[in-house]
Amino acid sequence: MADRAPSVPLITAASPTAPSPAQSVSKSTPKPSSIPPASSLARFGDKIYGAVIFLASLSIFGIILWLFWQLTGASLPSIRHFGLSFVTGSEWDEVSSSYHVLPYIFGTLFSSAIALLLAVPVSIGAAIFLSELAPRWIRTPATFLIELLAAIPSVVYGLWGIFILIPFMKQFIVTPIVGSRLPHLPIIGELFKGQSAGYSMLAAGMILAIMVTPFITAVTRDILRAIPRSQREGSYALGATKWETISQVVIPYAKSGIIGAVILGLGRALGETMAVTMLIGNQPPNTPNGISLSVFQPGYTLASALANKFSEASPGLSTSALVEVGLVLFGVTIVVNGAARLLVFYTAKDVQGGK
Amino acid sequence: MHKSFTQTWKGAVLAALGLTLLGGASAQAQQINGAGATFPAPLYLKWFQEYKNATGVQVNYQAIGSGGGIKNITAHAVDFGASDAPMNAAEMAAAPGILHIPTVAGAVVVAYNIPGVGPGIHLTPTIIADIFLGKVTKWNDPQITRLSPGTKFPSTSIFPVHRSDGSGTTNIYTTYLSEVSSEWGGSDGPKSGKSVRWPNGLGGKGNAGVAQLIKQNEGGIGYIELSYAVTNVISYAAIRNAKGKFIYPSVDNTSDAAEGVTLPADFRKVITNTSAVNGYPITGFTFLLVYKNGTRPEVKKLLEWCLTTGQAGAAAQQYAPLPPSVKRRALAAVASMR
Amino acid sequence: MSTTLSSPPNLLAKSTGNVAGRKLKNIVMLTLCIVAAGLAILVLGLVLFFLLSKGFSSLHIRLFTQLPDNIDTSKGGMAQSIFGTLVLLGVSSSIGLPFGILGGIYQIEARGRFASLVRFFTDVLNGIPSIVIGIFAYAAVVVPLAAKAALEHKPTAGFSAYAGGFALGILMIPTVMRTTEEILRLVPFSLREASLGLGATRWRTMWSVVLPAARGGIITGVMLALARIAGETAPLLFTIFGNQLFATHKVAGVSVPTLTAPIDALPLRIYNYSQDVDPNHNAQAWAGAVVLITLILVLSIAARFATRGNMQEEK
Repeated sequence: MADRAPSVPLITAASPTAPSPAQSVSKSTPKPSSIPPASSLARFGDKIYGAVIFLASLSIFGIILWLFWQLTGASLPSIRHFGLSFVTGSEWDEVSSSYHVLPYIFGTLFSSAIALLLAVPVSIGAAIFLSELAPRWIRTPATFLIELLAAIPSVVYGLWGIFILIPFMKQFIVTPIVGSRLPHLPIIGELFKGQSAGYSMLAAGMILAIMVTPFITAVTRDILRAIPRSQREGSYALGATKWETISQVVIPYAKSGIIGAVILGLGRALGETMAVTMLIGNQPPNTPNGISLSVFQPGYTLASALANKFSEASPGLSTSALVEVGLVLFGVTIVVNGAARLLVFYTAKDVQGGK
Repeated sequence: MHKSFTQTWKGAVLAALGLTLLGGASAQAQQINGAGATFPAPLYLKWFQEYKNATGVQVNYQAIGSGGGIKNITAHAVDFGASDAPMNAAEMAAAPGILHIPTVAGAVVVAYNIPGVGPGIHLTPTIIADIFLGKVTKWNDPQITRLSPGTKFPSTSIFPVHRSDGSGTTNIYTTYLSEVSSEWGGSDGPKSGKSVRWPNGLGGKGNAGVAQLIKQNEGGIGYIELSYAVTNVISYAAIRNAKGKFIYPSVDNTSDAAEGVTLPADFRKVITNTSAVNGYPITGFTFLLVYKNGTRPEVKKLLEWCLTTGQAGAAAQQYAPLPPSVKRRALAAVASMR
Repeated sequence: MSTTLSSPPNLLAKSTGNVAGRKLKNIVMLTLCIVAAGLAILVLGLVLFFLLSKGFSSLHIRLFTQLPDNIDTSKGGMAQSIFGTLVLLGVSSSIGLPFGILGGIYQIEARGRFASLVRFFTDVLNGIPSIVIGIFAYAAVVVPLAAKAALEHKPTAGFSAYAGGFALGILMIPTVMRTTEEILRLVPFSLREASLGLGATRWRTMWSVVLPAARGGIITGVMLALARIAGETAPLLFTIFGNQLFATHKVAGVSVPTLTAPIDALPLRIYNYSQDVDPNHNAQAWAGAVVLITLILVLSIAARFATRGNMQEEK
């Protein structure tokens, strides 16, 4: 039966991507009523069986609901106290019990934006390579290697970041740029202002880029491979070069799926904790509202704030505010991931429909 | 194949169940679990290892910061907490019956990493506050250089480093800054606490993390316990105390500061800015937090050991042993535990 | 959202005569794609290279056999962390496996919208940041256990392998469920039909026919899930507390892990040691990272072999 052994790639299992288009053409199960059970005792056994597996599935809802209930319950005091100003204010001060997370939200978005800016070109280029260009003998090892990036734990990336990336960045990126004319240019200069100890948005963004690349690559590659050959062959027949085929036929066909893959990467970047906590400096930048466009400034993300502050938050408003941070993070990642799944899923359906 | 399949599943289920059941049953942990301050951690970790060698009792101490120590003992998740910051009124209310037992006193030094500059530069309280407020930004600022005439300061930028976690060391340091700088302690300033609103700089995890950041970054300046600076060969400054003398921190002048203070009955006081002539101004006691009633007898014995046998080894680790009067009172407090 | 092209690309309109230009662009862009792939692999190489070079020099057998030495940090190891990680894998499996595999079976057996709803929510669960799951485990397991112990005047409780395993187990469920479902779908339908045709009940069919056929694949999924959670740190921050020592007690003379006591784990220890000023601890962090990566790689590679072996039987 197996013309190819089902290679369960690291990515698909490590973080289930959308139902891979090839496998969503599934065989349906037989209707229960059309098959007579062996005996009434066995029928009873089947009922239990049905109940057991149904309950197991129900547990998924149970866990999510329980989680949501715990998070909202514990953050109610903070929600009632701060209301909307929680996400619009800038000051997080334990001394005066004033908790606001705008700098953290900004830090989360900014570091993710840097990550995507760096990761998307590389990921899509790599995906194109893997699906269109690579000869068969390179394809498997190259895919394996890129997926290996996903297997490295976040804390190891953080360790590598502290001792290898940051010194490198300080010497070869920060110092030259800070000493050059770049920070003095209008508009663009805002991105590079200020001295840096290396622990910065840029460091966090770079490590996030490395971490999301394998996911974007894997999903994009699956989508590209699902596009029927006929489309490509038609393009070649018209005299297009390989690149023209890719850029003007294949990619537009898969556009929404690729956007879905990128949003998936965004979802991962938003929730990433350990590597970011170790590299981002854990201090909102020194501006009035805690927001700075400079990539060399340190920052805070929602996740790193949780990691640093939760262990010692005194019971009361402090803990409640932190749980609310968790709630915000929970909500944001659900929305982003949901959007990504839908995009990829609909692309997969369309791609097959368009045969 | 059928047989081996069923056997595999049976085996797996049994193993998982067995692990769970065996592990859960009669899990009377003989270990004592403690959580809290990184300030005394180098000393505590050595103490508890010696204690294990001497008595066989295992003590698991996790240095997660004073804030974590207070939180966990309040929640009854650990046998004892450790904090350099005495619990405030709200925290005391949440943990009725809690005792503060002082163990040693320590110095919070202002450590720095300035290229070409050795240990012992002179700093005044106001300069330190201004540096951490971000008002003084370069090491060759005249306000700094004129305090240490024989030293050549480079034009490196100043990188302040503070704690990213809830810290008793921060509490000691910011209490001091609030006392000596009206801007720091004023209504708009960061004021004092285990965790304050730092205007700038980087946040490190634990005393060790701050020490690491100082060492890694030229121009770095931060506040760490004396023990961390000495062990890791980080330069630190002599600070002008309330009597006008520049004091280079050591165990001796920490003891001077500790002895010059009268502690209240429950020991809850931060002893910064001592009036002792030779006392180092940024000092504090560190406490073990236990419940008066209901704490295990093994913990009581451990505390007694720390207050008696343990004191001998404190100075070697750069901590000042308890002054005799404090030690007496602390032992009495431990004796009152039931 | 139509992805079919409404009009064919107007290739002819684009500088047909500039064949040389188009060829050049072709070569440039394709080279960039190769460079992109190479860059990704290069970065992987850099990470692994420094990991191995810094870690190997501190890799020593005492890492596995000794506890941390606080009096002389150049000695000592992290035996309790490695043991703790294995204990956690065991405890989290006891949650992740039953729910994951049974849930995957449900996806196969059931039809209808509820099944798709479950799949959607499984993806939701998978996307929740692990630190949020950690906070959940703290609130759901650690706090009640500690409060209960306080009320009963028992020794403290709360931080435990149970709490950590709970968090990791939840993280495992989506992965195990997805791979179980995928593998079960690959089992030939004819096998199931034959069994049902012989009069077997559905659960009997699943238990005796389908699952054995898919055994290798399911093991693959389990090992991949374990490989993923072995490296998770965030959920452990608020659940296992950390430990300088082994957490064991004796049952009938044999030392068994204490699941209700604080434990340590490799990722947590690496996190703590990496932010330490002590260079010995930094070196041990690298060594620990090598051990962790090796564990993850061994699990991942063994997972592939499990699949390969099984599928070849099925002819």
